[in-house]
Amino acid sequence: MTINTLAKGAWHREQMASFRKMEKVIVAMQDPDMGVKMRNQRLLITVIPHAMTGRDIIDWLIQKYNICEEEALHVGAMLVRYGYVYPLKEPRSLVLRPDESPYRFQVSQPPLHPPAIYLAKKNIRKQGELMEYEKERYSVLHKRINHTWDFVVMQAREQLRASKQRRKADRIVLECQEQAYWLINRPPVRPLLLYSVVLDYIETCRRALGRNRVKSSICLEGFVKYSEQYLNHDPIMQGCLPSNPWISDDTAHWTMNAEVVPSPTRLRVERWSFSFMELLNDSMGRREFMTYLEKEFSAENLCFWQACEDVRHGENSRIIEKVEDIYKNFLAPGAARWVNIDSKTMDKTLHGIRHPHRFVMDDAQMHIYFLMKKDSYPRYLKSDLYKNMLAKAVVPQETKKSVFPFMRRQRHASPSPAQAVAPEDGQAKGAGQAGTNSAAGSQA
Amino acid sequence: MCDQTFLAATFGPCDSCGKASPLMNIYIKNDAINYCSFCMEVMACQGLQSGETLASLKKESDSLKKKLEEERGKLNDIELHQVAEKVEMLGALSIKTKRLLKGHGNKVLCMDWCKDKRRLVSSSQDGKVIVWDAFTLNKEHGVTLPCTWVMACAYAPSGCAVACGGLDNKCSVFPLSLDKNENLSAKKKAVAMHTNYVSGCTFTNSDMQLLTSSGDGTCALWDVESGQLLQSFHGHTADVLSLDLAPSETGNTFVSGGSDKKANVWDMRSGQNIQSFESHESDINCVKYYPSGDAFASASDDSTCRFYDLRADREVAVYQKDSVIFGASTVDFSLSGRLLFAGYNDYTINVWDVLKGTRVSVLFGHENRVSRVRVSPDGTALCSASWDNTLRIWA
Repeated sequence: MTINTLAKGAWHREQMASFRKMEKVIVAMQDPDMGVKMRNQRLLITVIPHAMTGRDIIDWLIQKYNICEEEALHVGAMLVRYGYVYPLKEPRSLVLRPDESPYRFQVSQPPLHPPAIYLAKKNIRKQGELMEYEKERYSVLHKRINHTWDFVVMQAREQLRASKQRRKADRIVLECQEQAYWLINRPPVRPLLLYSVVLDYIETCRRALGRNRVKSSICLEGFVKYSEQYLNHDPIMQGCLPSNPWISDDTAHWTMNAEVVPSPTRLRVERWSFSFMELLNDSMGRREFMTYLEKEFSAENLCFWQACEDVRHGENSRIIEKVEDIYKNFLAPGAARWVNIDSKTMDKTLHGIRHPHRFVMDDAQMHIYFLMKKDSYPRYLKSDLYKNMLAKAVVPQETKKSVFPFMRRQRHASPSPAQAVAPEDGQAKGAGQAGTNSAAGSQA
Repeated sequence: MCDQTFLAATFGPCDSCGKASPLMNIYIKNDAINYCSFCMEVMACQGLQSGETLASLKKESDSLKKKLEEERGKLNDIELHQVAEKVEMLGALSIKTKRLLKGHGNKVLCMDWCKDKRRLVSSSQDGKVIVWDAFTLNKEHGVTLPCTWVMACAYAPSGCAVACGGLDNKCSVFPLSLDKNENLSAKKKAVAMHTNYVSGCTFTNSDMQLLTSSGDGTCALWDVESGQLLQSFHGHTADVLSLDLAPSETGNTFVSGGSDKKANVWDMRSGQNIQSFESHESDINCVKYYPSGDAFASASDDSTCRFYDLRADREVAVYQKDSVIFGASTVDFSLSGRLLFAGYNDYTINVWDVLKGTRVSVLFGHENRVSRVRVSPDGTALCSASWDNTLRIWA
């Protein structure tokens, strides 16, 4: 749905799909064999034919769509709210009661297809003389709302008949208003824009035909593996230790998993082995990896990668100075932390540095990234450094659920990340720490 | 400025004849063309005269589309739910409302979590943007924007700023200050300028760049410090309603979904449309990447959510049910990607099993349509924003 349709108060295009679906439900409900049980309902002293009880509607929905009572009540409430079914008792209260209250199907349905009716009216009146785009719309609409077409034509005829009886002046005004309204709200059909759009589409298609695709069995297997691997890390599915802060009001889980902790949790350290990106995304993991690389005398690779990231995501105004720094420290012959890139990439990068832009280091950065990923990272995972970290890692004890559930813990505030900003430093990284801090104003 | 509306929007010298007149601004193959209406007609006629009629172009595009579908189908050797047969069924989930955030005076349209896992920012129809500590229910900052319908808001990765935009056609960045006397509105910085409403915004990997999507049919990448347009993305033929950044290691792509029923994947560096998916039957209201970055999900007015695999280049699952009648407006994945949370216009949130394609649970509670659902950064909770003026935290 776009805001434009809402703001103009125009016909709710987004709801067409929903109305169509609701109509399907209504049609199914009205089926003489499989639909809702219809009976004569007693209302005070009158007997109303072809009515149904609220309870019957609910039961039918439960059975037909295999849903629970709560959902059936919800769906039924929508049917009543949108006028497809109306209550015989207390007609102003549009609710669905799951009891003996009588309901009926709405015969003259709420105005659903204004443009269809307008076009049908015009068609009838001018005996088929519609403008080209109107003819197209007419047939498109006809196809779409085929099953209610008779109703639409009937409504059109009704409206025409009613309008004939109005005063001529009013009629003309009304017609003009209607025509103007639909003129404004018709979809734009400009041949030129269609031209550029179609050209664009053809190009996108051509490019798409040339791309490499992977077999479904391989891709889909990937999703299964990913979900399995991360299952224990998904708190909504498996819970988290010691407890989910939102449920227990205890922020221990966040304290234990803060950015910088003396001993990280086991799950966290395990996660570093899932992928190189997981290791780099965790600041503690990155620090550990750096320590390892220092032992291997290849720490300049990670430093270089970080500096390139800085160029890519930093301010426009500092790109030139940052690229110069990188050249001085990593790429210049005899540089203090010279990185080993293949000659082709090095040449291309050095050439690009003459006119530095945001992506000038991309190729070199990619080369170093994959070097670390294929070489240093697997060795890190097999190293003593990592294995010790894993062995030392903490597995928090699960907090037993409180015996007295109404004794709620105090919910402590945490220092806001905004606090850590130094105004001159545009790249300040907030601490983002959440922890108990009773001095900072707690709220029970 | 980014523009792809169908009406003349600027005035100036025509690129072709040089006369000053109302200009039509369109893009052909990523090149901007600003012609007066007369020169535009001439160009169209010339294009059509050179052997291509609009009809023949359309025929070509239709046949290409068919070929593309065939190519995609060739590697389709198995369906997702078949692969998922060996996976264990999910047990019953017990998800309840744990926090109710009251404070907005009007429909809440958007929200975003902070990286600290407990703070969030939300924006509403009356122009108010509030930063909450959702854990304690404290409201920490509040700004009132001069425009209504603030449809997009985002928290900066550092936690030190928020971006928001909407009907004012702009996206502004506010640094968050803890000085109570400071007027946040005064420090506002307008970064993005579109020619129609801003429907979505997100920071890229740092506070320095902002990605926006707009009702003018384009997406754009901006430098926050200078407000400069770094890259614009053209290809949608109607309003772009949503976007999401890819969590991939090379971090260069994002996906957008729009009223033209298409979901497009873009390369941020070149501005090119890399992949396009068109299988929804109505507007795509929201798009969100799968945690691994190899796929994404979309929510649409046709009451379905769909799952698209980027490596196989096709739709691999449709999440729908006959009893789900109303359009879906928002989706998000749980941390492992096994669950898909979708918010609907019938006030509910449906929880789907991504692999098996079945519905696991329904969350009732909101009293009006759900405009946004987002899982917290560490996956411990789900936040939903609704037109009933509240936000709910579920866990």
